[in-house]
Amino acid sequence: MNWEVIFRPESLAMYGEGFLTTLGLLASSLAVGGVLAMLFALALTGPSVWLQRIVGAYTFVIRGTPLLIQVYLIYYGLGQLEWIQARWDTVWPWTHFKEPFFCALLAFSLNTAAYTAEMLAGAIRETNAGEIESAQAFGMSRFQVMLRIVLPSAMRRTLPAYSNEVVMMLHSTSLASAVPAMLDVTAAASRIYSDFYLPFEAYLFAAAIYLACTFCLIGLFKLAEGRFLVHLAARTH
Amino acid sequence: MTAYYWSILYGAVLTVGVSLAALAVSILLGLLGAGAKLSGRTGLMALATAYTTIVRGIPELVLMLLVFYGGSIGINALLELSGTGATLDINPFTAGVLTLGFIYGAYMTETFRGAILAIPRGQFEAAAAFGMGPVQTFLRITAPQMVRYALPGFTNNWLVLIKATALVSLIGLQEMTYLAKQASAATRSPFAFFLFTATLFLLYTWASLIVLRRLHARYSLGAKRGQL
Repeated sequence: MNWEVIFRPESLAMYGEGFLTTLGLLASSLAVGGVLAMLFALALTGPSVWLQRIVGAYTFVIRGTPLLIQVYLIYYGLGQLEWIQARWDTVWPWTHFKEPFFCALLAFSLNTAAYTAEMLAGAIRETNAGEIESAQAFGMSRFQVMLRIVLPSAMRRTLPAYSNEVVMMLHSTSLASAVPAMLDVTAAASRIYSDFYLPFEAYLFAAAIYLACTFCLIGLFKLAEGRFLVHLAARTH
Repeated sequence: MTAYYWSILYGAVLTVGVSLAALAVSILLGLLGAGAKLSGRTGLMALATAYTTIVRGIPELVLMLLVFYGGSIGINALLELSGTGATLDINPFTAGVLTLGFIYGAYMTETFRGAILAIPRGQFEAAAAFGMGPVQTFLRITAPQMVRYALPGFTNNWLVLIKATALVSLIGLQEMTYLAKQASAATRSPFAFFLFTATLFLLYTWASLIVLRRLHARYSLGAKRGQL
Protein backbone atom coordinates (compact mmCIF):
# COMPACT_ATOMS: atom_id res chain seq x y z
CA MET A 1 0.00 0.00 0.00
CA ASN A 2 1.30 3.41 -0.93
CA TRP A 3 -1.02 6.05 0.44
CA GLU A 4 1.49 8.94 0.34
CA VAL A 5 0.79 9.44 -3.36
CA ILE A 6 -2.96 9.72 -2.75
CA PHE A 7 -2.53 12.25 0.04
CA ARG A 8 -0.15 14.50 -1.90
CA PRO A 9 -1.64 17.97 -2.43
CA GLU A 10 -1.78 17.52 -6.23
CA SER A 11 -3.73 14.26 -5.97
CA LEU A 12 -6.08 15.65 -3.35
CA ALA A 13 -6.67 18.71 -5.55
CA MET A 14 -7.60 16.39 -8.42
CA TYR A 15 -10.07 14.48 -6.22
CA GLY A 16 -11.40 17.83 -4.98
CA GLU A 17 -12.02 19.03 -8.53
CA GLY A 18 -13.65 15.69 -9.35
CA PHE A 19 -15.82 15.95 -6.27
CA LEU A 20 -17.08 19.38 -7.35
CA THR A 21 -17.90 18.05 -10.82
CA THR A 22 -19.72 15.06 -9.32
CA LEU A 23 -21.74 17.27 -6.97
CA GLY A 24 -22.46 19.77 -9.75
CA LEU A 25 -23.67 17.01 -12.06
CA LEU A 26 -25.79 15.48 -9.31
CA ALA A 27 -27.41 18.75 -8.22
CA SER A 28 -28.12 20.05 -11.71
CA SER A 29 -29.43 16.75 -13.09
CA LEU A 30 -31.70 16.36 -10.06
CA ALA A 31 -32.99 19.90 -10.54
CA VAL A 32 -33.66 19.56 -14.28
CA GLY A 33 -34.85 15.97 -13.89
CA GLY A 34 -37.15 16.97 -11.04
CA VAL A 35 -38.95 19.62 -13.10
CA LEU A 36 -39.32 17.21 -16.04
CA ALA A 37 -40.48 14.44 -13.69
CA MET A 38 -43.25 16.65 -12.32
CA LEU A 39 -44.52 17.44 -15.84
CA PHE A 40 -44.28 13.77 -16.88
CA ALA A 41 -46.08 12.60 -13.74
CA LEU A 42 -48.92 15.05 -14.41
CA ALA A 43 -49.11 13.75 -17.99
CA LEU A 44 -49.13 10.12 -16.78
CA THR A 45 -52.02 10.77 -14.39
CA GLY A 46 -53.79 13.35 -16.56
CA PRO A 47 -56.96 13.03 -18.65
CA SER A 48 -55.26 12.79 -22.06
CA VAL A 49 -54.80 9.17 -23.15
CA TRP A 50 -52.33 10.21 -25.84
CA LEU A 51 -50.08 12.05 -23.40
CA GLN A 52 -50.23 9.02 -21.10
CA ARG A 53 -49.16 6.73 -23.93
CA ILE A 54 -46.32 8.95 -25.12
CA VAL A 55 -44.87 9.54 -21.66
CA GLY A 56 -45.45 5.87 -20.76
CA ALA A 57 -43.46 4.79 -23.81
CA TYR A 58 -40.73 7.27 -22.88
CA THR A 59 -40.33 5.92 -19.34
CA PHE A 60 -40.47 2.33 -20.65
CA VAL A 61 -37.59 2.95 -23.07
CA ILE A 62 -35.47 4.94 -20.63
CA ARG A 63 -35.97 2.46 -17.79
CA GLY A 64 -35.31 -0.52 -20.07
CA THR A 65 -31.96 0.57 -21.48
CA PRO A 66 -28.59 1.14 -19.75
CA LEU A 67 -27.69 4.72 -18.81
CA LEU A 68 -24.25 4.23 -20.37
CA ILE A 69 -25.87 3.70 -23.79
CA GLN A 70 -28.04 6.77 -23.26
CA VAL A 71 -24.90 8.81 -22.50
CA TYR A 72 -23.18 7.41 -25.60
CA LEU A 73 -26.27 8.11 -27.74
CA ILE A 74 -26.32 11.75 -26.72
CA TYR A 75 -22.57 12.38 -26.60
CA TYR A 76 -21.44 10.42 -29.66
CA GLY A 77 -24.71 9.61 -31.41
CA LEU A 78 -26.35 13.00 -31.87
CA GLY A 79 -23.23 14.31 -33.59
CA GLN A 80 -23.93 11.92 -36.44
CA LEU A 81 -27.24 13.59 -37.31
CA GLU A 82 -26.77 16.14 -40.06
CA TRP A 83 -29.63 18.23 -38.69
CA ILE A 84 -27.63 18.78 -35.48
CA GLN A 85 -24.32 19.10 -37.33
CA ALA A 86 -25.72 21.95 -39.39
CA ARG A 87 -26.66 23.84 -36.23
CA TRP A 88 -24.15 23.11 -33.47
CA ASP A 89 -21.63 25.69 -34.64
CA THR A 90 -24.01 28.63 -34.70
CA VAL A 91 -27.63 28.15 -33.58
CA TRP A 92 -27.96 28.64 -29.82
CA PRO A 93 -29.34 25.61 -28.01
CA TRP A 94 -27.50 23.19 -30.29
CA THR A 95 -24.08 24.76 -29.66
CA HIS A 96 -24.16 23.08 -26.22
CA PHE A 97 -24.09 19.60 -27.76
CA LYS A 98 -20.34 19.97 -28.16
CA GLU A 99 -19.82 20.35 -24.40
CA PRO A 100 -19.25 17.09 -22.48
CA PHE A 101 -20.80 18.49 -19.27
CA PHE A 102 -24.00 19.44 -21.10
CA CYS A 103 -24.29 16.03 -22.77
CA ALA A 104 -23.77 14.18 -19.48
CA LEU A 105 -26.24 16.49 -17.76
CA LEU A 106 -28.85 15.97 -20.48
CA ALA A 107 -28.51 12.17 -20.34
CA PHE A 108 -28.67 12.06 -16.53
CA SER A 109 -31.65 14.47 -16.34
CA LEU A 110 -33.68 12.55 -18.92
CA ASN A 111 -32.86 9.31 -17.09
CA THR A 112 -33.76 10.42 -13.57
CA ALA A 113 -36.88 12.19 -14.89
CA ALA A 114 -38.26 8.85 -16.15
CA TYR A 115 -37.70 7.00 -12.86
CA THR A 116 -38.94 9.88 -10.69
CA ALA A 117 -42.02 10.47 -12.89
CA GLU A 118 -43.16 6.85 -12.38
CA MET A 119 -42.71 7.13 -8.60
CA LEU A 120 -44.58 10.41 -8.42
CA ALA A 121 -47.35 9.15 -10.72
CA GLY A 122 -47.74 6.11 -8.47
CA ALA A 123 -48.10 8.34 -5.41
CA ILE A 124 -50.60 10.62 -7.20
CA ARG A 125 -52.75 7.61 -8.19
CA GLU A 126 -52.72 6.31 -4.62
CA THR A 127 -54.04 9.56 -3.15
CA ASN A 128 -56.95 8.84 -0.83
CA ALA A 129 -60.19 9.24 -2.80
CA GLY A 130 -61.86 10.90 0.20
CA GLU A 131 -59.34 13.75 0.18
CA ILE A 132 -60.07 14.49 -3.47
CA GLU A 133 -63.85 14.23 -2.98
CA SER A 134 -63.84 16.64 -0.06
CA ALA A 135 -61.70 19.08 -2.05
CA GLN A 136 -64.24 18.88 -4.87
CA ALA A 137 -67.04 19.35 -2.34
CA PHE A 138 -65.34 22.60 -1.34
CA GLY A 139 -65.70 23.67 -4.96
CA MET A 140 -62.00 23.48 -5.89
CA SER A 141 -61.17 23.27 -9.57
CA ARG A 142 -59.08 20.41 -11.00
CA PHE A 143 -56.01 22.64 -10.92
CA GLN A 144 -56.63 23.69 -7.32
CA VAL A 145 -57.19 20.09 -6.17
CA MET A 146 -53.85 19.16 -7.73
CA LEU A 147 -51.96 22.12 -6.32
CA ARG A 148 -53.43 22.18 -2.82
CA ILE A 149 -54.31 18.57 -2.02
CA VAL A 150 -52.80 15.94 -4.30
CA LEU A 151 -49.28 17.19 -5.04
CA PRO A 152 -48.23 18.24 -1.52
CA SER A 153 -49.21 14.85 -0.14
CA ALA A 154 -47.95 12.81 -3.14
CA MET A 155 -44.56 14.53 -3.07
CA ARG A 156 -44.20 13.76 0.63
CA ARG A 157 -45.13 10.12 0.15
CA THR A 158 -42.57 9.83 -2.68
CA LEU A 159 -39.76 10.96 -0.36
CA PRO A 160 -38.52 7.50 0.80
CA ALA A 161 -38.42 6.11 -2.77
CA TYR A 162 -36.90 9.36 -4.03
CA SER A 163 -34.02 9.07 -1.54
CA ASN A 164 -33.10 5.75 -3.21
CA GLU A 165 -33.25 7.44 -6.61
CA VAL A 166 -30.94 10.24 -5.44
CA VAL A 167 -28.37 7.75 -4.15
CA MET A 168 -28.65 5.80 -7.44
CA MET A 169 -28.12 9.07 -9.30
CA LEU A 170 -25.00 9.87 -7.24
CA HIS A 171 -23.64 6.49 -8.29
CA SER A 172 -24.70 7.03 -11.89
CA THR A 173 -22.67 10.23 -12.11
CA SER A 174 -19.59 7.95 -12.11
CA LEU A 175 -20.56 7.16 -15.73
CA ALA A 176 -19.51 10.70 -16.61
CA SER A 177 -15.96 9.34 -16.46
CA ALA A 178 -16.82 7.36 -19.62
CA VAL A 179 -17.08 10.69 -21.47
CA PRO A 180 -13.61 11.98 -22.33
CA ALA A 181 -12.68 15.39 -20.89
CA MET A 182 -14.97 14.98 -17.87
CA LEU A 183 -13.15 14.95 -14.53
CA ASP A 184 -15.46 13.56 -11.85
CA VAL A 185 -14.33 11.55 -8.79
CA THR A 186 -14.07 8.31 -10.79
CA ALA A 187 -12.14 9.96 -13.61
CA ALA A 188 -9.79 11.53 -11.04
CA ALA A 189 -9.14 8.06 -9.60
CA SER A 190 -8.53 6.69 -13.10
CA ARG A 191 -6.01 9.44 -13.81
CA ILE A 192 -4.12 8.81 -10.57
CA TYR A 193 -4.16 5.10 -11.36
CA SER A 194 -2.65 5.62 -14.78
CA ASP A 195 -0.10 8.17 -13.53
CA PHE A 196 1.23 6.10 -10.62
CA TYR A 197 -0.05 2.57 -11.34
CA LEU A 198 -1.78 2.41 -7.96
CA PRO A 199 -5.27 1.12 -8.84
CA PHE A 200 -6.11 -0.22 -5.40
CA GLU A 201 -5.39 2.98 -3.48
CA ALA A 202 -6.80 5.29 -6.17
CA TYR A 203 -10.17 3.54 -6.54
CA LEU A 204 -10.47 2.74 -2.84
CA PHE A 205 -10.15 6.45 -2.05
CA ALA A 206 -12.83 7.24 -4.65
CA ALA A 207 -15.05 4.55 -3.14
CA ALA A 208 -14.62 6.15 0.30
CA ILE A 209 -15.68 9.54 -1.09
CA TYR A 210 -18.83 8.05 -2.65
CA LEU A 211 -19.60 6.11 0.53
CA ALA A 212 -19.32 9.28 2.64
CA CYS A 213 -21.58 11.16 0.18
CA THR A 214 -24.13 8.33 0.25
CA PHE A 215 -24.28 8.40 4.05
CA CYS A 216 -24.67 12.21 4.05
CA LEU A 217 -27.53 12.00 1.52
CA ILE A 218 -29.28 9.23 3.46
CA GLY A 219 -28.90 11.30 6.65
CA LEU A 220 -30.37 14.39 4.95
CA PHE A 221 -33.35 12.41 3.68
CA LYS A 222 -33.92 10.92 7.16
CA LEU A 223 -34.09 14.50 8.49
CA ALA A 224 -36.46 15.51 5.69
CA GLU A 225 -38.68 12.49 6.35
CA GLY A 226 -38.78 13.42 10.03
CA ARG A 227 -39.94 16.88 9.02
CA PHE A 228 -42.35 16.13 6.16
CA LEU A 229 -43.66 12.64 6.91
CA VAL A 230 -44.23 13.13 10.63
CA HIS A 231 -47.98 12.60 10.13
CA LEU A 232 -47.33 9.06 8.84
CA ALA A 233 -44.96 8.03 11.65
CA ALA A 234 -46.02 5.23 14.00
CA ARG A 235 -47.85 6.64 17.02
CA THR A 236 -46.28 6.07 20.39
CA HIS A 237 -48.42 6.77 23.43
CA MET B 1 -22.06 -2.16 -42.32
CA THR B 2 -24.23 -5.26 -41.74
CA ALA B 3 -21.14 -7.12 -40.50
CA TYR B 4 -21.01 -4.69 -37.56
CA TYR B 5 -24.64 -5.35 -36.70
CA TRP B 6 -23.92 -9.08 -36.73
CA SER B 7 -20.93 -8.62 -34.43
CA ILE B 8 -23.11 -6.65 -31.99
CA LEU B 9 -25.63 -9.49 -32.09
CA TYR B 10 -22.84 -11.93 -31.23
CA GLY B 11 -21.92 -9.57 -28.39
CA ALA B 12 -25.46 -10.00 -27.10
CA VAL B 13 -24.62 -13.64 -26.33
CA LEU B 14 -21.83 -12.42 -24.03
CA THR B 15 -24.18 -9.90 -22.41
CA VAL B 16 -26.66 -12.67 -21.64
CA GLY B 17 -23.80 -14.87 -20.38
CA VAL B 18 -22.39 -12.22 -18.05
CA SER B 19 -25.79 -11.31 -16.66
CA LEU B 20 -26.86 -14.92 -15.99
CA ALA B 21 -23.52 -15.85 -14.40
CA ALA B 22 -23.63 -12.71 -12.23
CA LEU B 23 -27.24 -13.54 -11.30
CA ALA B 24 -26.16 -17.02 -10.11
CA VAL B 25 -23.40 -15.49 -7.94
CA SER B 26 -25.78 -12.85 -6.56
CA ILE B 27 -28.49 -15.40 -5.68
CA LEU B 28 -25.92 -17.49 -3.80
CA LEU B 29 -24.54 -14.45 -1.93
CA GLY B 30 -28.07 -13.16 -1.33
CA LEU B 31 -29.17 -16.45 0.28
CA LEU B 32 -26.01 -16.56 2.41
CA GLY B 33 -26.45 -12.90 3.38
CA ALA B 34 -30.12 -13.30 4.24
CA GLY B 35 -29.27 -16.42 6.24
CA ALA B 36 -26.57 -14.51 8.11
CA LYS B 37 -28.87 -11.56 8.83
CA LEU B 38 -31.60 -13.84 10.19
CA SER B 39 -29.20 -16.15 12.05
CA GLY B 40 -29.39 -14.20 15.31
CA ARG B 41 -25.61 -14.46 15.77
CA THR B 42 -24.05 -11.06 16.42
CA GLY B 43 -20.87 -11.63 14.40
CA LEU B 44 -22.63 -12.93 11.30
CA MET B 45 -25.31 -10.21 11.45
CA ALA B 46 -22.68 -7.46 11.74
CA LEU B 47 -20.75 -8.92 8.82
CA ALA B 48 -23.85 -9.11 6.60
CA THR B 49 -24.95 -5.60 7.58
CA ALA B 50 -21.49 -4.22 6.77
CA TYR B 51 -21.61 -6.03 3.39
CA THR B 52 -25.00 -4.66 2.34
CA THR B 53 -24.33 -1.13 3.64
CA ILE B 54 -20.91 -0.68 2.07
CA VAL B 55 -21.66 -2.32 -1.28
CA ARG B 56 -24.87 -0.35 -1.76
CA GLY B 57 -23.02 2.90 -0.98
CA ILE B 58 -20.40 2.66 -3.76
CA PRO B 59 -21.01 3.04 -7.52
CA GLU B 60 -20.90 -0.22 -9.51
CA LEU B 61 -18.33 1.24 -11.89
CA VAL B 62 -15.88 2.16 -9.11
CA LEU B 63 -16.19 -1.31 -7.52
CA MET B 64 -15.67 -2.91 -10.91
CA LEU B 65 -12.53 -0.89 -11.62
CA LEU B 66 -11.31 -1.67 -8.10
CA VAL B 67 -11.78 -5.42 -8.59
CA PHE B 68 -10.44 -5.51 -12.16
CA TYR B 69 -7.34 -3.33 -11.78
CA GLY B 70 -6.75 -3.60 -8.03
CA GLY B 71 -7.65 -7.28 -7.81
CA SER B 72 -5.14 -8.48 -10.39
CA ILE B 73 -2.33 -6.53 -8.73
CA GLY B 74 -3.34 -7.88 -5.33
CA ILE B 75 -3.46 -11.48 -6.53
CA ASN B 76 -0.12 -11.19 -8.28
CA ALA B 77 1.44 -9.66 -5.15
CA LEU B 78 0.17 -12.66 -3.19
CA LEU B 79 1.53 -15.08 -5.80
CA GLU B 80 4.87 -13.30 -5.67
CA LEU B 81 4.98 -13.76 -1.90
CA SER B 82 4.31 -17.47 -2.34
CA GLY B 83 7.43 -17.57 -4.51
CA THR B 84 6.09 -19.83 -7.26
CA GLY B 85 6.74 -17.29 -10.01
CA ALA B 86 3.25 -17.90 -11.35
CA THR B 87 1.13 -14.95 -12.53
CA LEU B 88 -2.61 -14.76 -12.92
CA ASP B 89 -4.61 -12.23 -14.88
CA ILE B 90 -8.19 -11.54 -14.00
CA ASN B 91 -9.99 -11.41 -17.32
CA PRO B 92 -12.81 -8.89 -17.84
CA PHE B 93 -15.46 -11.64 -17.89
CA THR B 94 -14.48 -13.00 -14.48
CA ALA B 95 -14.04 -9.52 -13.00
CA GLY B 96 -17.42 -8.43 -14.39
CA VAL B 97 -19.28 -11.52 -13.18
CA LEU B 98 -17.68 -11.43 -9.72
CA THR B 99 -18.21 -7.69 -9.21
CA LEU B 100 -21.79 -7.64 -10.48
CA GLY B 101 -22.54 -10.79 -8.49
CA PHE B 102 -20.99 -9.26 -5.38
CA ILE B 103 -22.93 -5.98 -5.78
CA TYR B 104 -26.33 -7.49 -6.57
CA GLY B 105 -25.76 -10.10 -3.85
CA ALA B 106 -26.15 -7.20 -1.41
CA TYR B 107 -29.48 -6.16 -3.00
CA MET B 108 -30.63 -9.79 -3.12
CA THR B 109 -29.77 -10.16 0.59
CA GLU B 110 -32.34 -7.49 1.44
CA THR B 111 -34.94 -8.92 -0.95
CA PHE B 112 -34.54 -12.48 0.35
CA ARG B 113 -34.49 -11.37 3.98
CA GLY B 114 -37.82 -9.62 3.51
CA ALA B 115 -39.28 -12.63 1.68
CA ILE B 116 -38.25 -15.09 4.40
CA LEU B 117 -39.69 -12.79 7.08
CA ALA B 118 -42.99 -12.74 5.16
CA ILE B 119 -43.46 -16.50 5.59
CA PRO B 120 -45.71 -17.22 8.60
CA ARG B 121 -43.77 -18.47 11.63
CA GLY B 122 -46.10 -21.42 12.04
CA GLN B 123 -44.65 -22.95 8.88
CA PHE B 124 -41.20 -23.25 10.48
CA GLU B 125 -42.66 -24.52 13.73
CA ALA B 126 -44.61 -27.20 11.82
CA ALA B 127 -41.42 -28.18 9.95
CA ALA B 128 -39.57 -28.48 13.25
CA ALA B 129 -42.45 -30.54 14.65
CA PHE B 130 -42.11 -32.93 11.72
CA GLY B 131 -38.45 -33.36 12.63
CA MET B 132 -37.00 -31.61 9.57
CA GLY B 133 -33.43 -30.33 9.80
CA PRO B 134 -32.36 -26.87 8.59
CA VAL B 135 -31.54 -28.06 5.05
CA GLN B 136 -34.82 -29.93 4.66
CA THR B 137 -36.76 -26.99 6.08
CA PHE B 138 -35.11 -24.64 3.61
CA LEU B 139 -35.65 -26.87 0.56
CA ARG B 140 -39.21 -28.01 1.36
CA ILE B 141 -40.72 -25.11 3.31
CA THR B 142 -38.76 -21.85 2.94
CA ALA B 143 -37.64 -21.92 -0.70
CA PRO B 144 -40.99 -22.71 -2.38
CA GLN B 145 -42.85 -20.09 -0.34
CA MET B 146 -40.27 -17.29 -0.40
CA VAL B 147 -40.25 -17.25 -4.22
CA ARG B 148 -43.63 -15.54 -4.32
CA TYR B 149 -42.63 -12.84 -1.84
CA ALA B 150 -39.16 -12.36 -3.32
CA LEU B 151 -40.15 -12.12 -7.00
CA PRO B 152 -41.16 -8.43 -7.18
CA GLY B 153 -37.89 -7.27 -5.59
CA PHE B 154 -35.96 -9.93 -7.52
CA THR B 155 -37.43 -8.64 -10.80
CA ASN B 156 -36.26 -5.10 -10.02
CA ASN B 157 -32.76 -6.30 -9.10
CA TRP B 158 -32.54 -8.39 -12.26
CA LEU B 159 -33.54 -5.50 -14.53
CA VAL B 160 -30.93 -3.25 -12.91
CA LEU B 161 -28.33 -6.03 -13.22
CA ILE B 162 -29.01 -6.44 -16.95
CA LYS B 163 -28.46 -2.75 -17.49
CA ALA B 164 -25.31 -2.79 -15.34
CA THR B 165 -23.68 -5.33 -17.69
CA ALA B 166 -23.12 -2.41 -20.10
CA LEU B 167 -20.51 -1.18 -17.60
CA VAL B 168 -18.39 -4.30 -18.15
CA SER B 169 -17.54 -2.81 -21.57
CA LEU B 170 -15.51 -0.16 -19.71
CA ILE B 171 -13.09 -2.81 -18.41
CA GLY B 172 -12.73 -4.26 -21.89
CA LEU B 173 -15.22 -7.13 -22.18
CA GLN B 174 -16.34 -7.30 -25.79
CA GLU B 175 -20.08 -7.39 -25.19
CA MET B 176 -22.74 -5.39 -27.07
CA THR B 177 -21.86 -1.93 -25.76
CA TYR B 178 -18.14 -2.41 -26.41
CA LEU B 179 -18.73 -3.65 -29.96
CA ALA B 180 -21.20 -0.84 -30.65
CA LYS B 181 -18.60 1.69 -29.56
CA GLN B 182 -15.96 0.08 -31.77
CA ALA B 183 -18.34 -0.01 -34.72
CA SER B 184 -19.14 3.68 -34.16
CA ALA B 185 -15.49 4.61 -34.12
CA ALA B 186 -14.84 2.64 -37.31
CA THR B 187 -17.83 3.84 -39.34
CA ARG B 188 -18.63 7.24 -37.82
CA SER B 189 -22.28 6.40 -37.50
CA PRO B 190 -22.60 6.04 -33.72
CA PHE B 191 -26.31 6.93 -33.60
CA ALA B 192 -27.44 3.86 -35.52
CA PHE B 193 -25.24 1.42 -33.61
CA PHE B 194 -26.10 2.71 -30.15
CA LEU B 195 -29.79 2.78 -31.04
CA PHE B 196 -29.51 -0.83 -32.20
CA THR B 197 -27.78 -1.83 -28.93
CA ALA B 198 -30.37 0.03 -26.88
CA THR B 199 -33.12 -1.86 -28.72
CA LEU B 200 -31.45 -5.20 -27.95
CA PHE B 201 -31.25 -4.26 -24.27
CA LEU B 202 -34.90 -3.24 -24.34
CA LEU B 203 -35.86 -6.60 -25.86
CA TYR B 204 -33.84 -8.41 -23.19
CA THR B 205 -35.44 -6.52 -20.28
CA TRP B 206 -38.89 -6.86 -21.84
CA ALA B 207 -38.54 -10.63 -22.37
CA SER B 208 -37.28 -11.02 -18.79
CA LEU B 209 -40.29 -9.14 -17.52
CA ILE B 210 -42.68 -11.48 -19.34
CA VAL B 211 -40.93 -14.63 -18.06
CA LEU B 212 -40.80 -13.35 -14.48
CA ARG B 213 -44.47 -12.34 -14.57
CA ARG B 214 -45.40 -15.88 -15.57
CA LEU B 215 -43.19 -17.26 -12.83
CA HIS B 216 -44.89 -14.99 -10.32
CA ALA B 217 -48.32 -16.19 -11.47
CA ARG B 218 -47.12 -19.81 -11.19
CA TYR B 219 -45.82 -19.37 -7.65
CA SER B 220 -48.88 -17.41 -6.55
CA LEU B 221 -51.25 -20.30 -7.38
CA GLY B 222 -53.44 -21.01 -4.41
CA ALA B 223 -52.59 -17.75 -2.69
CA LYS B 224 -55.74 -15.99 -1.51
CA ARG B 225 -56.25 -12.42 -2.61
CA GLY B 226 -58.40 -10.06 -0.62
CA GLN B 227 -61.44 -8.56 -2.38
CA LEU B 228 -61.51 -4.79 -2.26
